[in-house]
Amino acid sequence: MMTMIASSGLVYEYIRHNEAGHIEEKYQALKGIDLDITKGQFIAIVGHNGSGKSTLAKHMNAILHPTEGTMWIKGMDTKDSHFLWDIRQTAGMVFQNPDNQIIATIVEEDVAFGPENLGIAPQEIRLRVNNALAAVEMQEYMQHSPHLLSGGQKQRIAIAGVLAMKPECIVLDEPTAMLDPSGRKEVIETIYKLNKEENITIILITHYMEEAVQADRVIVMEQGHIVLDGTPREVFGQVQRIKELGLDVPQATELAYQLQQEGVDLPSDLLSIKEVVKEISLKMMPFQETHIQTIQSAPELECSVNKATEHSIKICDLTHIYSANTPFEKAALQSIHLEIKKGEFLGLIGHTGSGKSTLIQHLNGLLLPTRGEIFINGENIHKDKSKLRQIRQKVGLVFQYPEHQLFEMTVFKDVAFGPENMGLSKEEVKRRVQEALYIVGLNEDLYEKSPFELSGGQKRRVAIAGVLAMQPEVLILDEPTAGLDPRGRDEILGNIRKLHEALGITVILVSHSMEDMAKLVDRVLVMDQGQIALTGTPRQVFHHVDRLEAMGLAIPQISYIMHALSELGISVPTDLFTIKEAVKVLKPLLK
Amino acid sequence: MLRDITIGQYYPVDSVLHKLDARVKILSTFLFITALFIVDSFVGYGIIFFFLWAVVYLSKVPSGFIFRGLRGIMAIILITVGINVFMTPGEQILWEFSFIKISIEGIYAAGLIATRLIFLITGSSLLTLTTSPIQLTDGIESLLGPFKRIGVPAHEIAMMMTIALRFIPTLLEETDKIMKAQMARGADFETGGIIKRARSLIPLLVPLFISAFRRADELAMAMEARCYRGGENRTRMKQAVIQKRDHKALAVMGLLVIMMILLRIL
Repeated sequence: MMTMIASSGLVYEYIRHNEAGHIEEKYQALKGIDLDITKGQFIAIVGHNGSGKSTLAKHMNAILHPTEGTMWIKGMDTKDSHFLWDIRQTAGMVFQNPDNQIIATIVEEDVAFGPENLGIAPQEIRLRVNNALAAVEMQEYMQHSPHLLSGGQKQRIAIAGVLAMKPECIVLDEPTAMLDPSGRKEVIETIYKLNKEENITIILITHYMEEAVQADRVIVMEQGHIVLDGTPREVFGQVQRIKELGLDVPQATELAYQLQQEGVDLPSDLLSIKEVVKEISLKMMPFQETHIQTIQSAPELECSVNKATEHSIKICDLTHIYSANTPFEKAALQSIHLEIKKGEFLGLIGHTGSGKSTLIQHLNGLLLPTRGEIFINGENIHKDKSKLRQIRQKVGLVFQYPEHQLFEMTVFKDVAFGPENMGLSKEEVKRRVQEALYIVGLNEDLYEKSPFELSGGQKRRVAIAGVLAMQPEVLILDEPTAGLDPRGRDEILGNIRKLHEALGITVILVSHSMEDMAKLVDRVLVMDQGQIALTGTPRQVFHHVDRLEAMGLAIPQISYIMHALSELGISVPTDLFTIKEAVKVLKPLLK
Repeated sequence: MLRDITIGQYYPVDSVLHKLDARVKILSTFLFITALFIVDSFVGYGIIFFFLWAVVYLSKVPSGFIFRGLRGIMAIILITVGINVFMTPGEQILWEFSFIKISIEGIYAAGLIATRLIFLITGSSLLTLTTSPIQLTDGIESLLGPFKRIGVPAHEIAMMMTIALRFIPTLLEETDKIMKAQMARGADFETGGIIKRARSLIPLLVPLFISAFRRADELAMAMEARCYRGGENRTRMKQAVIQKRDHKALAVMGLLVIMMILLRIL
């Protein structure tokens, strides 16, 4: 077995200098990493933000050099500058943000960028570009402009750009973090194929445990150390330990674990839906007949229905057409009718381009309807343009990656921007800012810090507080958890739930995560091609598995398990989607 | 608003002009401009008009599209015309009001300058309309190549242009997004005096700059990871080869300039 990547005693220190050039802060991102990765392996590295994963990845491409210890790529020491270009050619790297790694304005030119830098002959470059684009199935987009492609397609172009350099190893630093579920699937399938068919060593850094499960080996990092290292089964079998590290396990594993905790005799290292279904069905088959009764009388889990009848938002025949009367005309919304009750928690799903973003931008008057009307609290929002600003105070909109809008010197001032624009008194602004920051759980010692010094999750919470401080009656959040690690995701969702419960405001949550929908919302709205495709409680909506899948969406993993069990002839309700519910139903059947 | 400006846009169709080598087109544009500045007679303008008409026809770019580009600079043309009409001293006064005089010579000069400007812009926008940005930058890099020895960073200039072109749509999108996000927080970009408006841009510009720097940082890392180390020893996938049609084009341009010189001397 040939070693592809090895390191011994690898230490890396980030050093921050102050304005005078003196060392202000030293931070050890890696604290003695010993690593040995065999050629052809598929390695997943997981760990929450700040655990040192990305720093480690950058060593593999000689972008960073070890402070202490050594890193070898195919036996080449990364500190030896003679090997620099050989190392970068051997171990290619794909980064998180698809926009920030594409250099040229035409797809094929971008793929050619690497080989051109290596000084390869033109005919050979042409051949490599064609092959690389074929390997990621993007040949038909050869002449396209990258900025018109979807996120998943852009990442495949980035992978092709690395492939054209004929690497033996590809390091991918959270390549799926900014993608929607279908984009994630595209990218992971491509990586998997390259590993199996081309025998390229893959190092995949990810926050999605379902992706890590497909690897040959999983490495878990925490505070600059490797804390767990083994096959996915060995690693994810330790559910308790993984949770302590602030990480997730796949939903199927979690279900098996919870059942085990309840005293059901199940192995704890089950990884896939298939395995869980198999184990559960084996346990259940003999008793199937006797249990049918129990299942039918299984307690209906109550669905929180909001009794308030007053409508907070009413939309009539809303249509929006982009670039009307030009060849680029595109109907983003078509005759939407919708009523949202006061205090309702509404979930909005749909793949990228289904019209979700266009819809929510109408609700506070950022976009004007081509046709149709919108009423907030019974008031037509477009009747009087001078009132638009008041509408925007009532309907708070938190955009995707809201931390990108931060601009003030201190956290406090940034959150105060909204209330100050409302012309409130100083005391009132102060009161609101403190309240908003308290709701999102930021401590007072951060108030006077620059928002740019905070961690990713904290920045996002500051940005959300900035909207909350305007005390909106309706709060709209566009993918508030995008790009966060599992811990950050849980914190933000916890905040939102608390907010809805404590303040009773109407919340509209746009998300790709079916699990989040199932856990949080009263009602789900599924959008497809500018229209409302399905609406109802999560239970009603997730019932339409086939339609959801046809739209490129999925149902929660737990639902898949229930469906699979019922297909095996076991009578279990198929309309369950949280682990809690599934445990409640399955436990009596398995004991 | 931004969409109406067609100057600098590429119009992708298949025509003889599109197939010409970018370097030849850049040189031709310079020759055309030279010819335009030599010409001083009606006959000369006539020839140039027909020449331009023929080139537009060959380019297969709809003339409406080219005229729309002219609309964007109408203000500049009008101001120039105005200045020429009112400021040219002349003998034959047509109309007079205190210090403002309109003379035949003034109108004549204004007409010429307007024609010259329209020809100039039409001619040079044909360059960008028929040449993709990437060919254009490659062409500039190659033409500047000989000047590398005297310290002209030809490759760097071309690389900067490529990256700028690549990121224009991305940054426009980002501007729109940040603007909307701040508007959702009650920011007002539309009303108030000049100072208030300038101040209201801070919440837009600060995040935009931060994002641009972050992108620059990440892009630089991505380029390094793909073995970028400047223009030395770099090859290109697409080799531009000068063909027969390129020679012909240059010959036509040369003839045009010579004709203009002859017209002027004779």
